[in-house]
Amino acid sequence: MSIFKYPKSLLIFFLIFFCCYTTSLFADKKEDSFDMGGMIMHHILDDYQYEIVHGLAIPLPIIIYSEEKGLMIFSSSKLFDDNHVPLEKGYNGFKYYHGKLKPVEIDASFVDLSITKNVFFLILTSSLMIIVFILVARGYSKKNQAPKGIQALFEPIIILIRDDVVKKNIGSNYERYLPYMLTLFFFILFGNILGLLPAAANLTGNIAVTLTLAVFTFLLTNFSGNKHYWKHIFWTPGIPLPMRILILPIEIIGVLTKPISLTIRLFAAITAGHIVILSFIGFTFIFQSYFVGIFSAMFVVGLNLVELLVAAIQAYVFTLFSSIYIGMATEDGH
Amino acid sequence: MELLTPGTGLLFWQVIIFLSTLLVLSKFAWKPIMNSLKAREKFIEDSLESAKKAEEELVSIQSKNEDLLTEARKEREMIIAEAKKVSNSMKDEAKQSAKEMADKIILDAKNVIDTEKDKAMNDVKNKLAELSIDIAEKIIKNELSKDSSQKKYVDDLIKEINDSK
Repeated sequence: MSIFKYPKSLLIFFLIFFCCYTTSLFADKKEDSFDMGGMIMHHILDDYQYEIVHGLAIPLPIIIYSEEKGLMIFSSSKLFDDNHVPLEKGYNGFKYYHGKLKPVEIDASFVDLSITKNVFFLILTSSLMIIVFILVARGYSKKNQAPKGIQALFEPIIILIRDDVVKKNIGSNYERYLPYMLTLFFFILFGNILGLLPAAANLTGNIAVTLTLAVFTFLLTNFSGNKHYWKHIFWTPGIPLPMRILILPIEIIGVLTKPISLTIRLFAAITAGHIVILSFIGFTFIFQSYFVGIFSAMFVVGLNLVELLVAAIQAYVFTLFSSIYIGMATEDGH
Repeated sequence: MELLTPGTGLLFWQVIIFLSTLLVLSKFAWKPIMNSLKAREKFIEDSLESAKKAEEELVSIQSKNEDLLTEARKEREMIIAEAKKVSNSMKDEAKQSAKEMADKIILDAKNVIDTEKDKAMNDVKNKLAELSIDIAEKIIKNELSKDSSQKKYVDDLIKEINDSK
């Protein structure tokens, strides 16, 4: 179960890497013409304000902790002047520089806990999830009734995750992991679909988010790992002693590649989708032509449908692999 | 490279918000949903099972009904056959008794006839004896007179007897 089993993820990963690199090159060369890479990166990366369209931005709170000044909370609008240009002198010793927060004095260290665009969408996603699933749960208050409305929409998905993903891969004591798996699946699904909305943040395509989720699965896997699991890693049965010394580092790497592959698969799939869609939209502005505009718009509609599919598949795959890892760690010896 | 560096703020919020979502949903959504789903699945399973049982019961009742019906039919046939037998035997008996009665009547009649006949015979015999005595008396009487008149007298007497008969 390593990343090498999924060459597509690896390819997308390198493509993004390449993209980032080339776009930064382009950005330096042509300042006045349309900067596609800059536009795409601006949409994909996090920000301290929620810019719905150019010029209309919702300021978000900035939360900074520094050793000298303690905890500081202020609106991100204080970093800009009336014309929406970042202030050179900054505010409270911090200035906005190319989507990043920088201290005015060079060597000041600080912890940035701001409610950024992605955190805003994170809160939005979880609130939506809580509202939706409490509504779904309310549908079950009457006993033994056929599901209706929003309950009927989500019940088959919940049952699919329970029966075909969690129960099948984890086995008899699946019920302990079910709340985590369901939350994981719907968090990724909701995040992916919300991310496809116009002007939405690229939440599940952010490596911090995918990394956190992967680490949760990693911790859950290794904390629930039984005797057989650890024995298999440190004292692989059925092979001669000198081989065991060789196998041990491979096994340890194997444990660590699991969260890495989870992190990168989701991050790459979602970010790549956003990049492709934005690139096709960007063509319109590069070629400055109606013809290209109409065709790229049509193409983007199709791509959005594909992305919708990818959103569901990636949520499913992340949950599936989490279940498989936990299932492998908890299964009895063969 | 900024794309690949996880932001500390987002990491922090992601951990906190994801865990609190997990907690809230586990308590208020997943737990009731899973319990209800399980309860409903059990209910459906039980219902199916009881429906199956009811069907089996129905089948057994039907077969029992059929058995009862065939038994009743058999009994009916038996009763009819017995009744027929009884009626036949009754008929035979009646016939027999009638025949016996007739035979007895005939026998009685025959007996009566026989006795009557005997009686009549006896009467005739008696009469004949009387007549014979009478005839003998008259003949004896005539023998005392002439032979010719005697003979004529006998003839007359015989004629007389025949006429009287």
